[in-house]
Amino acid sequence: MKIYADNAATTKMSRTAIEAMLRPMEEEYGNPSSLYVLGQRAKEIIEEARARIAAVIGAEPREILFTSGGSEADNQAILSAAALGIRDGKRHIISTAFEHHAVLHTLKKLENEGFEITLLDVHSDGIVRPDQVREAIRDDTCLVTIMYANNEIGTIQPIREIGEICRAKGVLFHTDAVQAVGHLPIDVKAQNIDLLSASAHKFHGPKGIGFLYARRGVRLTNLIEGGAQERGKRAGTENTPAIAGMAAALCEVAGKIEENAAHLIPLRDRLIAGLLEISHSALNGDPEKRLPGNVNFCFEGIEGESLLLLLDDRGICASSGSACTSGSLDPSHVLLAIGRIHDVAHGSLRLSLGEEATEEEVDYLIQNVKEVVAYLRGFSPVWRDLQSGKKDFIL
Amino acid sequence: MALYSEKVMDHFRNPRNVGVIEDADGIGEVGNAKCGDIMKMYLKIENEIITDVKFETFGCGSAIASSSMATELIKGRPVSEAMQLTNKAVAEALDGLPDYKMHCSVLAEEAIQNALDDYYRKKEKEK
Repeated sequence: MKIYADNAATTKMSRTAIEAMLRPMEEEYGNPSSLYVLGQRAKEIIEEARARIAAVIGAEPREILFTSGGSEADNQAILSAAALGIRDGKRHIISTAFEHHAVLHTLKKLENEGFEITLLDVHSDGIVRPDQVREAIRDDTCLVTIMYANNEIGTIQPIREIGEICRAKGVLFHTDAVQAVGHLPIDVKAQNIDLLSASAHKFHGPKGIGFLYARRGVRLTNLIEGGAQERGKRAGTENTPAIAGMAAALCEVAGKIEENAAHLIPLRDRLIAGLLEISHSALNGDPEKRLPGNVNFCFEGIEGESLLLLLDDRGICASSGSACTSGSLDPSHVLLAIGRIHDVAHGSLRLSLGEEATEEEVDYLIQNVKEVVAYLRGFSPVWRDLQSGKKDFIL
Repeated sequence: MALYSEKVMDHFRNPRNVGVIEDADGIGEVGNAKCGDIMKMYLKIENEIITDVKFETFGCGSAIASSSMATELIKGRPVSEAMQLTNKAVAEALDGLPDYKMHCSVLAEEAIQNALDDYYRKKEKEK
């Protein structure tokens, strides 16, 4: 059996998205900035996509800016808010300890330039509390940036409440919604969101395209200078096929958010229950306030990379927060942020189910993870020490 | 291009000399759980020849493969030869390791050196 259980990393493109990309590649390939009909037709495709995307999140078309993806949107949102902060003499930004690196590294850069950054604790359940935001806001706070749903452990943040607090205090609110768009219902107006980042390949669209929602009146700073595309806020000839593919993919999934959740949540919970049968294992993040397809575990006594390689041999694509898979000596900053110590964070596994997942596949996942964990523990000196009582179990 | 060579994957999938020697003449353990790699080597030595070797490893694919390969390189060899084992030899025998995984072969070398040190310490005590 082949199971792709890494949908939080990227998704398979939908047929709808692929088909929407063909015409702008084969026939309507004009430059959207050109005045002849071929170019203007491409322009129409882009504007139609913009309107459709805007409608999905309750925005106005002019509030949607196309970017190369989630990372660029995060960078532009934060740097724009920072520029406004500098203008107003405000150099304090609030975020959380478990944001995506596109956010954390941008904040680090601003910190080096004299900004003060407050990273809020996300507790053991992986959820920040609105009161923490309220208490952290100061007179010189120019931005609150908190992700909609975490990319590793899938926990969903109280966005509406945080948005309300920020709006009342007159502080800009950005949310990295890369994991949420297309999977959770979003209404930027009702949720008081000023800036929101999204990426198409997380919802069955093409890679290399995403968007930034910026509420009307929030002035954006350019990351790329050049032509007058995207109202002068993002230079470069538009990627018409990718934009069309993203809009088609989003509209398709947006119409099925509830249906997909109703299908995935019972499967997710079955997977969680099955993996909890493994001794000395633990679910990472709140069991309920999490993305419909996200399961993230720590298994004591084993290391994540070897787990992934053996699962790959059994046809399972998954991911881990171990140091060996991150390319650094430290395991996932997300797992450390929810209080998992290094020893167990190395033994983590993320399985992110796609909408087409079946009960049979979930059972195959449970069976194979159980077998591989038992096999690796069989020659792990850590597991031996835990078993013999030389070391105390953490989980 | 796969992450690892065929040799690494072979030793990772089918590790040689896995396990424990209860009456080992030398035991070496290196690494710690915090950085994600621990290797433990058990040696059985008779007449200065390594007659048996077993290992246990907590770690990534290349850590498991490095341990396995290191045991193969010293099994049946004289202690004096095992003392000369380098991480480079382990990595080469595996048809190479990615740069950022070279430390796994270093751990294998150190685990064996630690086990040999332990053997000599025990021998000194017996005198």
